[in-house]
Amino acid sequence: MALGVLPWLLLSAALFSTGLFGLLTRKHAIGLLISVELMANAVNLNLVAFGYFRGDLMGQVLALFGIALTVAEVVVGLALVIQLHRHNRSIDVDSARELAG
Amino acid sequence: MIAFFVTAAALLVTAVMVVTSKDLVRAVLWLGLSLVVTAGAYAQLAADMLAAIQIMLYAGGVVTLMLFAVMLTPRPDDERPTVALVNPERGFAAALLMFFALAMALLQAELPGGTAVAVSDSQEVGRLFLTDHLLAFEALSVLLLAAMIAAIVIARRRDA
Repeated sequence: MALGVLPWLLLSAALFSTGLFGLLTRKHAIGLLISVELMANAVNLNLVAFGYFRGDLMGQVLALFGIALTVAEVVVGLALVIQLHRHNRSIDVDSARELAG
Repeated sequence: MIAFFVTAAALLVTAVMVVTSKDLVRAVLWLGLSLVVTAGAYAQLAADMLAAIQIMLYAGGVVTLMLFAVMLTPRPDDERPTVALVNPERGFAAALLMFFALAMALLQAELPGGTAVAVSDSQEVGRLFLTDHLLAFEALSVLLLAAMIAAIVIARRRDA
């Protein structure tokens, strides 16, 4: 028996919500980045599932773009985290409050 | 079908471990496992190349980078980085709300038909990149260059 696209989308929605939970409950900057990563991963899974069940390759192409974009985001994010740590001796995001204009 | 449920269960368990582990190093390692399981899901969805790229870039690159970042940012008291969850009830409520909103939308939406056409064609994906999506592909290379330069500029020591 073959499954349709719906179970995959529900799985992806559950993963996305888990990432949201992480995003809302972490205060550690790297913890936040990890959660964002989880959410981006859920989005990519969505794209691939749609592409597969539509029978074209557009989903895979979009997911590849998504992966590259997330990797770029993580690189810059981690650089910011390291600089924040150097500046404040802490990577609790609340310690960056002085940045607020 | 069994493969789907095994993958789904593994993905959900690893994802929950990622967001609930108190030890940050463990959270990162769980994230790596979660990303590898996702590669398995891609393989089930006939996206072979994507599965390979997922393991190389995410599980290999991103997780290593994150581990480095965790190690390079020690706490003043040299303890292992632990992270308490702030307001887990509220976070849980928000996540649940998000999931139900998404699920309601999905259940009402008109989704593409259930007959999957197995397309597993890495060559064709590559061809699409260099023909139909050439502009986006080149823009992406500029973005990656910008990210690389930005990372170097932001992370370097000011006094060096």
